[in-house]
Amino acid sequence: MSIDASWYLAVGGIIFTIGAIGVLVRRNVLVMFMCIELMLNAVNLTFVTFARELDDIGGQVVVFFVLVVAAAEVVVGLGIIVSIFRRRAEATADDISMLKG
Amino acid sequence: MVLDASWLIPALPLAGFVLLLVFGRRLGDPWAGWLATAMTTAAFAVSIVMFASLHGRAGNDRSFTHELFTWLPVGRLQVKAGLLVDPLSITMALFVTGVGALIHLYSVGYMHGDESYPRFFVYLNLFAFSMLVLVLADSFLLSFLGWEGVGACSYFLISFWFERDTAASAGKKAFVTNRVGDFGFMIAMFLMFSALGSLQYGVVLTGAATLSKTTATAIALLLFLGAVGKSAQLPLYVWLPDAMEGPTPVSALIHAATMVTAGVYLMCRISPILVLAPGALTIIATVGALTALFAATIACAQNDIKRVLAYSTISQLGYMFLAVGSGAYVAAVFHMVTHAFFKALLFLGAGSVIHGLHDEQDMKRMGNLRRYLPITSATFIVGWLAIAGIPPFAGFWSKDEILANAFDTNKLLWLVGVVTALLTAYYMSRQVFMVFYGEEREREHASEPHESPWTMTLPLVVLAGLSFLGGLLNLPWKSTEFLRKWLEPVFGERLHALDVPAGTLWALAIGTVVLGVVGIGIAGGVYLRHRVPEDRMEPLVLRRAWYVDAAYAAAIDGPGRLLSTWSAYVIDLKVVDGAVNGVGTLVRATGDRLRRVQTGYVRNYALGVVIGAVLVLGWVVTRVQLS
Repeated sequence: MSIDASWYLAVGGIIFTIGAIGVLVRRNVLVMFMCIELMLNAVNLTFVTFARELDDIGGQVVVFFVLVVAAAEVVVGLGIIVSIFRRRAEATADDISMLKG
Repeated sequence: MVLDASWLIPALPLAGFVLLLVFGRRLGDPWAGWLATAMTTAAFAVSIVMFASLHGRAGNDRSFTHELFTWLPVGRLQVKAGLLVDPLSITMALFVTGVGALIHLYSVGYMHGDESYPRFFVYLNLFAFSMLVLVLADSFLLSFLGWEGVGACSYFLISFWFERDTAASAGKKAFVTNRVGDFGFMIAMFLMFSALGSLQYGVVLTGAATLSKTTATAIALLLFLGAVGKSAQLPLYVWLPDAMEGPTPVSALIHAATMVTAGVYLMCRISPILVLAPGALTIIATVGALTALFAATIACAQNDIKRVLAYSTISQLGYMFLAVGSGAYVAAVFHMVTHAFFKALLFLGAGSVIHGLHDEQDMKRMGNLRRYLPITSATFIVGWLAIAGIPPFAGFWSKDEILANAFDTNKLLWLVGVVTALLTAYYMSRQVFMVFYGEEREREHASEPHESPWTMTLPLVVLAGLSFLGGLLNLPWKSTEFLRKWLEPVFGERLHALDVPAGTLWALAIGTVVLGVVGIGIAGGVYLRHRVPEDRMEPLVLRRAWYVDAAYAAAIDGPGRLLSTWSAYVIDLKVVDGAVNGVGTLVRATGDRLRRVQTGYVRNYALGVVIGAVLVLGWVVTRVQLS
C-alpha cells in the first residue's frame, strides 16, 4: 500500500514553515540562507507529489528548473557571503544595513 | 498667355534678395545697389507688360487669378497661394515697382560709403518682394504674409543704424504699434473664415452679400484697425514720425510712398464688404478726416525737415481714408498714386538736402539753399506746389476729387478736409521758405553745401515730372477719366456717383486753390517777411505734437509698468514659480517619508514578502471558495 499524498504535502508544509520562520527570526546570514533552501525544497516536494498524484510530468519538469535556479542562487549568494566574511569576523544580517534609506 | 508671367513681378525682387543675401558682401559698394535696382526695374518692366495686356481686355475680363502652388495641404483644407491680377493690384504693382526702382537708384548714391551698404539693399529688395506679395496676393492670408513682411522690413530699416539708441527704439515702437493693428486683421480673418469658410478674395468678396450686417461691420472695422496701424491713422500714428530715424530713402519708399498705403489698398479691396456696412464707412471717413487735420496742425510747428514730411504723410493718408469712407475708391487710389509721386519726391529732396549739408536735419539751420542745390530745390518746389494743391500739379486733381466726394457725402468732414488743405499749403510753404529761401543761417558744418550725384538727382527729376503730370491720370472730365475707367471693373456700382452740379464743382475747386494760395501767403508773411515772430506761429503744444506721445508714455509708464511689475513679482515669482517649486517640495516630502520603509534589515523585507504571500494566498482561497 502506498502512503497517502496528503502526508507528503503535510511534510512539505512543515518544512516550508520552518524555513520561513527561520528566515524571519535568525540573524546569521548562513542559517538564513539554509532556510531559504529549505523552503525551495519544500516546494519541490509538493511539486513532485502533485506530479505523481495527477500523473502529470510537468510538475517534475518544474522541479528541475527550481533545482537549477537554486544552484545558481547558491553560487551567487555564497559568493556574497564569503566576501562579507572577508570584511568582518561574523555575519549578522542586521549589521549589514548600509543600503537603508 | 502673357498674364501667366505675373509671378515674375514678386519673384524678381525675391531673387535679388536671395542673391544679395549670399553674394552681397562680395559685390559690395556700389554693385550690390545696382543689382537691387536692376531687379526692381525688371519687376517694373514686367508690371508694364501685365498692364498693357490687361488694358487690352474688355472691362469684365480684367480679373485674373493665377494659382501658383498649394501652400498648406492639411487634409481637406488646402491653402493655395496664388496671384490676383486685376486693375487695382496692377496699379499698385506699377507704382510700387516704379517709385521703388527710382528710390533704389537714389539709394545707390545716398548710401554710398555706408558700412553696411549691401545689407541695406538686402532689406530693400525683401521689402519690394513683401509689398508685391501684399498687393498681388489672391487671398487675405497671403496678403497678410506680405503685410507682416513689409512690417518686418520696416522694422529692420528704421533701426538700420541700430548703434543709435533712438533708431533702435523707433524700430521697436513701429513694430509694437503695428502689432495692435495686425491683431485686428487676424481677428477679421478668423471671422471671415468662420462665416464663409475661405480667405480667398474671390470667395469672400462674392460671398460677402450673404453676410449679416453685424458681421460685415465687424469684419470691416477690424480690417480697418489693421489699416489704421499700417497706414498710421489716429490713434496708432505715433510710430510714423519716429520712423524718420531710418535712412531717408527708406522714409521715402516705405513710410511715404508704398507700405503706408497698404491700409488704403486693403480698404479698396474689401469694398464689397464696406458697402454692406455704412456705419463702418462713416467711421473710416471720420477717422481719416480727423487724422488729416490733426497731423497737419502738428506739421506746422516741427523743425526737423523729415518730421514735417512724416506728419504731412499721415495727413495725406487721412485724405485717402476720407475718400474711402465717402465711397470714392478711385479718388483714394488716385491720391495714393499722386501722393506716392510727390511725397517720394519731397522725401528724396529732403534726403538730398541732408546729404548736401552733411547730415543736418534742423530746418532752423538751413536757408537760401537754392543757391547751392539748384536741382534739388527746383524739384522740391515742384513737389511743394503739387502737395499744396496748385493746378496743374498732380496733387490738385486728386485732392480736389476727394474733397468733391466728401462735399457730396458729408459736409462737416468736407469742411475738415478744406481746413486741412489750407494747413497743408501753409506748412509745406513754411518748409520750403525755411530751407530754400530766406537768409542763410549759421551752419554747424563748415564746408559749403554741395549738390548730390546724378544717381540722386535723376530720380528727383523723374519724380518731379510725374508730380507735374500725374493729374493726367484722371482729369475730372468724362472723356479723360482714365483711372476711373480702368478701375471701374473692380469697384463697379459700389463707386460713389458724384451728384453735384458742374458749377458747384468749379466753385469748390477754385475755393481750394484760393485757400492754398492763402496758406502760401501766410507762410510767406511769417517766414520770408517776418511780419510775425516765428515762435508765435509755433506754439509749444504743436511742437510737442499735442502731447500725445507724452500721454501714451505716461499711460504705458504708469499703470502699464505697474501691471508689468505686479505680474513679474506676484504672478511670475509667486504663482508660476510657486507651482513649479511646490511640485518639487511635494515629491521631496513624500520621498522623505517613504525612505523610512527601506530599513536595511533583511528580516523586514522577508516579513513583507511573507505578509504579501499570505494576503495573495488568502485572496485566492476566498475567491475559490466563493466560486
